[in-house]
Amino acid sequence: MDLYEHQARELFEEHGIVVPRAEVTDSPERAREIARALGGRVVVKAQVKTGGRGKAGGVRLAADPAEAEQAARRILGMDIKGHTVGTVMLAEPCDIGREFYVSYVLDRASGGFLAIASAEGGTEIEEVAARRPEAVARIPVDPVAGVHTATAVRIADAAGLPPQTVDTLVRLWKVLVREDALLVEVNPLVRTVEGRIVALDGKVTLDDNARFRRSRWGDEKPASDSLEARAGAKGLNYVKLDGEVGVIGNGAGLVMSTLDVVAGCGARPANFLDIGGGASARVMADGLSVVLSDPDVKSVLVNVFGGITACDAVADGIVRALDEVRPTKPLVVRLDGNNAARGRALLDARAHPLVEQATTMDGAARRAARLATAAPTAG
Amino acid sequence: MAIYLTKESKVLVQGMTGTEGMKHTRRMLAAGTDVVGGVNPRKAGRTVDFDDRAVPVFGSVREGIESTGADVTVVFVPPAFAKAAVTEASDAGIGLAVVITEGIPVHDSVAFTAHARTRGTRVVGPNCPGLITPGQSNAGIIPPDITKPGRIGLVSKSGTLTYQLMYELRDTGFSTCVGIGGDPVVGTSHVDCLAAFQDDPDTELIVLIGEIGGDAEERAAAYIREHVTKPVVGYIAGFTAPEGRTMGHAGAIVSGSSGTARAKQEALEAAGVRVGSTPTETARHVLAVLDGAAQDGAAQDGAAQDGAQDATQDGARA
Repeated sequence: MDLYEHQARELFEEHGIVVPRAEVTDSPERAREIARALGGRVVVKAQVKTGGRGKAGGVRLAADPAEAEQAARRILGMDIKGHTVGTVMLAEPCDIGREFYVSYVLDRASGGFLAIASAEGGTEIEEVAARRPEAVARIPVDPVAGVHTATAVRIADAAGLPPQTVDTLVRLWKVLVREDALLVEVNPLVRTVEGRIVALDGKVTLDDNARFRRSRWGDEKPASDSLEARAGAKGLNYVKLDGEVGVIGNGAGLVMSTLDVVAGCGARPANFLDIGGGASARVMADGLSVVLSDPDVKSVLVNVFGGITACDAVADGIVRALDEVRPTKPLVVRLDGNNAARGRALLDARAHPLVEQATTMDGAARRAARLATAAPTAG
Repeated sequence: MAIYLTKESKVLVQGMTGTEGMKHTRRMLAAGTDVVGGVNPRKAGRTVDFDDRAVPVFGSVREGIESTGADVTVVFVPPAFAKAAVTEASDAGIGLAVVITEGIPVHDSVAFTAHARTRGTRVVGPNCPGLITPGQSNAGIIPPDITKPGRIGLVSKSGTLTYQLMYELRDTGFSTCVGIGGDPVVGTSHVDCLAAFQDDPDTELIVLIGEIGGDAEERAAAYIREHVTKPVVGYIAGFTAPEGRTMGHAGAIVSGSSGTARAKQEALEAAGVRVGSTPTETARHVLAVLDGAAQDGAAQDGAAQDGAQDATQDGARA
């Protein structure tokens, strides 16, 4: 889970990293008051979890509280790369002397963490990395030893950062460890003209697997997509996509593969839904009801290979859902593996006019794709 | 001979007395696995009856090793306790720790895999189905009865895709199938398994299953080019996954332009790996390569094409 800039700022501040004074709000009137409290001149920044805010007009300098209110009014509700701006952060501006880049990031290849730092920071860091990779230092961090002063000195030296940044490098590592983060990034880390080191902007990605030991930054409900919210409430692993073939399967890999096979048949998958290992009839019924309630779905493909999952339980779930949801869209079901014969027999016995069975994954995908693309459009 | 796991392997189960642990210990025993004990400090000294076998519960992995000579542990403990469990097993000198648990914080996985390396313990997983050497031993939750012993070695990030391929190729059979897990940080990589299969006389061909996220498949491709002389057939899942969304597995995410299925497929193909467009086509490639290996090299391409056509016809009949 990515944090908003203002949440990252708050974490940095708690760990003793110097950040600009700032406050967040969703109201232009309140923005005016905050600007006044911060001394009048402020930067108004859209709070969205995507890059390129500045270019999209989501960051504005306001000379006084009236301008701050005006800027907030313009930015709130703005759409930045599909993200609607719900809040703005107002921060005191600072006089930048130099800009640096520092981050710690999970390195999947080594199974550890990397420190990445550059004396050429700022918004253009990706370009610097592409054009002059030697200007970006990448230093593996021993996950057991962590980052203490000696390591931080090494990182700063390698990147050509001034010695005053060492303290920030040590504290930033603490943020990573204490918060179970997969990424902590400060960009830019600035040296002001007065010589202070300030974390001007930050990005933090937290590990969803560590939710159980985190006391805050609770899960945000995906309010923008009610299908995902409904699926989430039922504990289903569901991702909404753009297509017309609803897909339900067991195991992340098999479901991803099923989406690909559907696409290979000339249709587009409407969703990813993994009912998991050992899924019960209840989970199957819940999944089917979510997928069938998607107005974009024209046909549904259920692709289950029973390893731990019993196919008769899956079939039982489908039969239950048929009674509860009363579908108006065709279903193609492919059951194989554990108890497949019993599962197929259950569906045969139910003999629902909208349900057909296929014996192979490729054949089932082809049939579901054909049903979806041949179906007349609603309305 | 197989890799990592044989009928000689003596297996402990950490978390054996929990619901999942009980269910899968029973299955492992039924598959012929020599399960020599469970580990649970609060239930030490008891035994648990599995049908006709009474399995002792030890207070620690060390105690289990000392009493039984165990060299493998399968870990089912909940995410919050997994780091302690694997660390304890490594400190006790276990050779192989198979971590089934899903949902372990990444910082914990980083810590216990790093620690295990210093102790000489191989970690498979976390968030994996484990590994099976059909007909000999099963350490984890892979269904043992969907395939038979044979000449194919398989390494995969995905459990159900492993099962799918095991089933499609059940008449040919497998030396060992390793589910390395779908987390961003895992103890055993595709490359580790490729190296082991290359050295395993029982393995004639290697199936490599990957998915979006990270660059493990690209690294595997580089390794194959340099070090693997046995034929490798690949499959990659996630071509249609949108950027920035996690697809079920914590590690299955395309970030910007990195970690895409296309890049992985191209890297593998550039290393001479035949990559199937569906699991079924992948299985056909395997059969074609095995058939081709028995004949001359020129016959290979023709056999593969026949295979692809068969796959199409099969689908149309379904």
